[in-house]
Amino acid sequence: MEIGLGHYLTVAAILFTIGVFGIFLNRKNVITILMSIELMLLAVNINFVAFSVYLHDLVGQVFAMFILTVAAAESAIGLAILVVYFRNRGSIAVEDINMMKG
Amino acid sequence: MIVESLVFYTFSAILLVSGAMVISARNPVHAVLALVATFFLGAGLFVLLGAEFLAMTLVIVYVGAVAVLFLFVVMMLDISFAELRQGLRRYLPVGGVVGLVLVVELVLVELHWTVLPRVLSKPAAPIPPPDQVSNSHALGHILYTQYFYLFQASGLILLIAMIGAIVLSLRSRAHVRRQSIAEQVGRRTEDAVAVRRVPTGGGV
Repeated sequence: MEIGLGHYLTVAAILFTIGVFGIFLNRKNVITILMSIELMLLAVNINFVAFSVYLHDLVGQVFAMFILTVAAAESAIGLAILVVYFRNRGSIAVEDINMMKG
Repeated sequence: MIVESLVFYTFSAILLVSGAMVISARNPVHAVLALVATFFLGAGLFVLLGAEFLAMTLVIVYVGAVAVLFLFVVMMLDISFAELRQGLRRYLPVGGVVGLVLVVELVLVELHWTVLPRVLSKPAAPIPPPDQVSNSHALGHILYTQYFYLFQASGLILLIAMIGAIVLSLRSRAHVRRQSIAEQVGRRTEDAVAVRRVPTGGGV
């Protein structure tokens, strides 16, 4: 059986769902939430590259590269915020993050 | 063709299993390692698709930088992760329902979508035949011409992210003794040494 576009889209859809499920499951743990976001971005990238190859259009791969850039920037900033927050409060539980002052 | 299918199914199966391990692992270090495995297999799928450049970028950027960053943070912060996993059973039904709805929607979309013929007939940047022009070459060719401004903008985003991360995590504490090289070098003999004429038996 030949591997077509649908196969890749299915894998990406399941991976994206795992990412969303991970956000709901680990609602207290910011690190796992960030990792779930990375999983979702990987799923989106798989979609972009699969469409790019099957539609014979290189722009999808260019877009996937920009997504990679933004994802790297996002995780760097997210982890930096996490470190600062842990230094100030001594905890990274999401429910403790309800203070928008000081 | 049979090899391609075999490789695809193997890679996808391990990809999904390690993806599930990322969100379910008890030990966060194991979760990060599962994330690394997921990215490796994603890169494998990219190679299978014929996007070698993105596959290598994925390995370098994610496995080399982002995953190590995660690993650093997980190991550096002294957090009891067992405490963070407490509400797991309470969130399981909601998450399950949302995940199920999402996957059903995605499958419904995937069963019924079609491509407009005019999209197929007129690609914005057609992929050249891989035996003549390599993927990296073709990608670089349109990245540095057609998408040059966006390329620069993504570089700017990375610069801003770097500055932001440094500014956020740099801390300057008071009462810490540091070496001040300018002060050391700027010291002159006149400031440091004084010649006194001391009378015999008088003292300074």
